Amino acid sequence: MHAERLSRLSAHLLVALGALIMLAPFYFMFVFATHSRTEIFSLPPPLFFGDDFANNLAILTDKLPFWRNLGWSLYVALASTLLTLLFCSMGGYAFAMFEFRYKNALFALVMATMLLPSFMNMIPTFMIMDLLGWIDQPRALYIPGAASAFGIFLMRQYVAASVPRDLLEAARMDGCSEFGIYARIVLPLLKPALGTLGLITFIASWNNFIGPLVVMRSPEMYTLPLALRSLQSPVNTEWGALMAASAIATLPLLLLFMVSSRQLIAGLTAGAVK
Amino acid sequence: MSRWPMPSGCCSAARTAEVPTMSAVPQPLGPQAHGASPRRVGWRLPRAWVPYVLLSPFLLLFAVFGVFPLVFSLWLAFQSWEPTSGLASMRFVGLENFVFALQDEWFWKSLGNTGWLALVSGVPQHLVAIPLACFIHAALRRSRNAMVGAYFVPYITSTVAIAILFSSLFSTDYGLINAALGVLLPGDPVDWLNDPQRIKPAIALIVFWRYVGFNLVLYLAALQTIPKDLYEAAKMDGASQLQQFFYITLPSLKPMIFFGVTLSVIGGLQLFEEPFILTGGRGGSDQAGMTTAIYLYRMAFDFNDFGAASAMSWLLFVLVVALTWLTHRAFNPRRKAD
Repeated sequence: MHAERLSRLSAHLLVALGALIMLAPFYFMFVFATHSRTEIFSLPPPLFFGDDFANNLAILTDKLPFWRNLGWSLYVALASTLLTLLFCSMGGYAFAMFEFRYKNALFALVMATMLLPSFMNMIPTFMIMDLLGWIDQPRALYIPGAASAFGIFLMRQYVAASVPRDLLEAARMDGCSEFGIYARIVLPLLKPALGTLGLITFIASWNNFIGPLVVMRSPEMYTLPLALRSLQSPVNTEWGALMAASAIATLPLLLLFMVSSRQLIAGLTAGAVK
Repeated sequence: MSRWPMPSGCCSAARTAEVPTMSAVPQPLGPQAHGASPRRVGWRLPRAWVPYVLLSPFLLLFAVFGVFPLVFSLWLAFQSWEPTSGLASMRFVGLENFVFALQDEWFWKSLGNTGWLALVSGVPQHLVAIPLACFIHAALRRSRNAMVGAYFVPYITSTVAIAILFSSLFSTDYGLINAALGVLLPGDPVDWLNDPQRIKPAIALIVFWRYVGFNLVLYLAALQTIPKDLYEAAKMDGASQLQQFFYITLPSLKPMIFFGVTLSVIGGLQLFEEPFILTGGRGGSDQAGMTTAIYLYRMAFDFNDFGAASAMSWLLFVLVVALTWLTHRAFNPRRKAD
């Protein structure tokens, strides 16, 4: 019995240690954000917070239109979240509650694109944006993003599970318009799913790198991931400033995760668990 | 009473005795189920049109930015094109782009890199996530959510920010990882980012770190569906913990392992951001960190050959489909009798 307790204890310790290792990179990101470049690369490296954060911010805003970049990231993420919620809730409702021609084939097509690798669209999307004249335009990021196959999937599942058909029929009998049914009955019932999809869309847009890499050309239009990348150089990278920018890009996600981790985890794995 | 009694937008007051169109039982309705009514104020959308109207914004975007790019890219793969001289300069070249890709040394090298990275980052994700999920499922109660959150959080954070952080941790002279290694096993510092032998393990480590928590959550969800009585019965029969794991847990997890491995295959073969940041967007010395996704990006945007890049993306796509199918086969062997 003694040996078993010992092995249990060591398993607990091992798992906790693993969790610490998972979190350590975030800790060092925030620590490094408060140190100068020379401090980051001294021996031993800094393990605790320093006092160079303001200095790093000054370097950052000197090298980049950083607040603009932050603003674009926020703007694109919010716009793409709003559009995705609107279009996917409408589409998911249609797929869940109506019968129409080619419904199953259409749904299968949408689902098939969910597993499509992102590199497939990289080149043609760039060319389409070029033809549309949308290079360097934020809408090149949030408009295609609104056609989210995952969003349709999530919404359809949720509508099918939680919107009673009888309620819709009763509203129709009462003369409620179809738009009224969607806006006043379906949407309020969808609130939890809208929250989940909104979180996921916001995070995906905030982190999106390949999209802006292909369509955003001028530094004033960069979103955060591109701005971060542009600070990287083979020599003389301003590591302190770069870490400060990385920390600023990461902090909102960590905060969002803290308040909504259970909802997020459930939503992100929704495809796996029926 | 008119046939279409109410201007749209009101739910309450419109009860009329003879709203003839909607029966209480939902029926499949073809587009022609109701006659079109004259368009005027207060005109009401025929019910058969409703799903199309609801779907139209999504479908429009889906067609333009989801389906059309695929068709376009397939067409591009058979074209030769000089981007600087406009769309008119395209010409059909048959399979030339595919032949070029298949004879291209860097393309094969990138496939090798991608496969290596997918295996070395992918297999440990599952080997760690499965026992970890079993332990958390069995032994943790109060600390469970915090623990799962800690493992999961890398999955939702900015890949670029994290890859940049890791490139500082991995730096040769004063990076934290070499500093830690120097304490444990003294020796020459490892040049993680520039040595072609080292860059791949460095990338694989970041990818592993990012996805292990995602797999953990998948397996935890699957573990919750295994009935407890199975274990009770096994215990009565004197099965050891290890036997229970191999004869109950693992077989029950099989569908989820299949799902998780499939996601790892699809995700692993499109690896782009981590190696892109770690190698400064170029693929690293001796192209050791150049995945196929990076190579086809460079083929298009650095070398201006959109045709060849599209052909490569389709070749890689075929590989993704083939490997997904093989995974499916490995997990669901066809029985002889069928």
